[in-house]
Amino acid sequence: MAKVKGAIVIDKEACKGCEVCLAACPTNVISMASEVNGKGYNFAYPELKEECTGCANCAIVCPDGVITVYRAKVEA
Amino acid sequence: MAKELKLMKGNEAFAEAAIRAGSDAYFGYPITPQSEVIEYLMAERPYDRTGMVVLQAESEVAAINMVYGAAASGKHCLTSSSSPGISLKQEGISYIAGAELPCVILNVVRGGPGLGTIQPSQADYFQATKGGGHGDYRLIVLAPASVQEMADFVKEGYELAFKYRTPVMILSDGVIGQMMEKVMMFEQMPRISDAEIAEKYPWATIGKPKSRERNIITSLALKSDEMERHNIHLQAKYKTIEEAEVRVERIRCDDAEYAFVAYGSSARICQKAIEIARAKGIKVGLMRPITLFPFPKKEVELMTQKVKGILSVEMSAGQMVEDVKLAVNGRVPVEHFGRFGGNIPTPDEIVKALEEKIIGG
Amino acid sequence: MVFEDIIKTENLVYKKTSFMTDNTLSYCPGCGHGTAHRITMEVLEELGLAENTIGIAPVGCSVLAYDFMNIDMQQAAHGRAPAVATGVKRCWPDKTVFTYQGDGDLAAIGTAETIHACNRGENITIIFINNGIYGMTGGQMAPTTLPGMRSSTSPYGRDVETMGNPLRITELVAQLPGVSFVSRQAVHTPRNVRKAKKAIKTAFELQTQKKGTTFVEIVSNCNSGWKMTPVQSNQWMEENMFPFYPLGDIKVPEK
Repeated sequence: MAKVKGAIVIDKEACKGCEVCLAACPTNVISMASEVNGKGYNFAYPELKEECTGCANCAIVCPDGVITVYRAKVEA
Repeated sequence: MAKELKLMKGNEAFAEAAIRAGSDAYFGYPITPQSEVIEYLMAERPYDRTGMVVLQAESEVAAINMVYGAAASGKHCLTSSSSPGISLKQEGISYIAGAELPCVILNVVRGGPGLGTIQPSQADYFQATKGGGHGDYRLIVLAPASVQEMADFVKEGYELAFKYRTPVMILSDGVIGQMMEKVMMFEQMPRISDAEIAEKYPWATIGKPKSRERNIITSLALKSDEMERHNIHLQAKYKTIEEAEVRVERIRCDDAEYAFVAYGSSARICQKAIEIARAKGIKVGLMRPITLFPFPKKEVELMTQKVKGILSVEMSAGQMVEDVKLAVNGRVPVEHFGRFGGNIPTPDEIVKALEEKIIGG
Repeated sequence: MVFEDIIKTENLVYKKTSFMTDNTLSYCPGCGHGTAHRITMEVLEELGLAENTIGIAPVGCSVLAYDFMNIDMQQAAHGRAPAVATGVKRCWPDKTVFTYQGDGDLAAIGTAETIHACNRGENITIIFINNGIYGMTGGQMAPTTLPGMRSSTSPYGRDVETMGNPLRITELVAQLPGVSFVSRQAVHTPRNVRKAKKAIKTAFELQTQKKGTTFVEIVSNCNSGWKMTPVQSNQWMEENMFPFYPLGDIKVPEK
């Protein structure tokens, strides 16, 4: 049976670490990095990659538009 | 419409000329003594004649900002008001100058300060020629002395405004605005097409096609170096204007031993004063600045080689006289004579002032 | 298929629109302005209007909106954006024209321009960001600051006895016959963003149909001004702003 799986790319240098995407993710994919980017922000990154469904909620609420979302059907 | 001779009020001539000069829009707010401008336009239905927009705004502030928007999108637009209303417009005029937008602004000056009086005055010389609003900027200022010039300066105003991308003020007064005179009205000029705007004014914000970068109309530069560069650019433009666009009229100056410097209504009254003075044997001429900015500095300076003294005649407590003095730079005596607060000097008063302040002084 | 394998052009489902520039937004982390900018540009792109749109930026935090919106834009004097938009739209009736204004700009210094543009039914769209504070100048009291809310000019909380009541200008605008569509939305959750985008879309669609003024308020956060984290500010907004500024359509055109 086909299953939908997603992936996100977060532009870590553009991320301001506001954490709004964390609250928006229904499957808790995103975490905040302990290291900082060039601006000094702890940036968001997809930690639980396998859980991503590609719903795009994170990208939709990201004020800085730094998240790009992909989605594909994969055979289970 | 063809060229035609008409009998009109100065304000009406301005309004008719606005339509004939191919204006795209007029935005205004009523104030005495210039309300005939918008009244005439509304009655004439220029939207039927040429497609020109006429809108009565909620305030002078709104009207000048409508001009900002229309001018920023490449349109030929104008507004008009009288002194207190021009004070309100100054914020917007500063933005228009800063953003380098072309437009024509008519000021039919009345007496001030404050609510002042609805009678004629020339006490807005400072706010017209020295910037008026905040920041280092100048307007090109044209001073009509007849109903004919109220009409002609609309066309010339647009030419200058678009040539230099800068606001042009027509500094009139309650006399010129309200009086009726014959005027040869120029023939109807076509409005500029949308395609021509895109071609001739590549800076205009009319929607960004894929083929070019976005256009931005702004007067903001948060970085001080960038703002300084913009100011240097503006000053260079004003210098070019000062070198290229000075206009004066000289009346009976050839044999003059004394001179009046006067613009607008005062210049007309001075012509009668010249007759009276010359009948008394006083050889006096008149230099009438047509552009108040750029002020005819060199022309006034040159005059000092021939005349023994200069009387600056204004319907103000003495504003233009400062520029006359700067140009004369102490070479000959310069005095001011004015009636103000809505009063108009008589020719006799002017001759008397010449005799007392200059000849007898 | 592993995560990295999914990252291919053919699988793309969401990417920042090219009608937003690549300039880094000047807004604080978590500020709703960025989202509001983006969905406005997405709508213009989706409706095929972006290339014929002129946007008017205000004075306030979004004064530099023209650095971020990749369309032709003008920057207006404080509060004057609706008058500037009027000037553009009257001369270019077939172009799409919108203003993007904050609460200080739209509901204090620009009240007259707002009310009169709306009352004339200018065929423009007004996007109104209400975060109850003057953000750019450092968190002063706005016309929309809530009763008791602290700001740098109401450091002990807004005392309505001396400082007046917060202004629900959106409800006021909805009274005017020139206005066809008024909606109040938020952009702090995916659900809210989708609803806000739908409202903005309706607003621009009605503009293309020349239905008069359309007005979308976005109740937003100002975490810096409110002195909270972005996530806290969104929660505070839900608990405090939404009861006073309830979300939803306030005026829709008659069918």
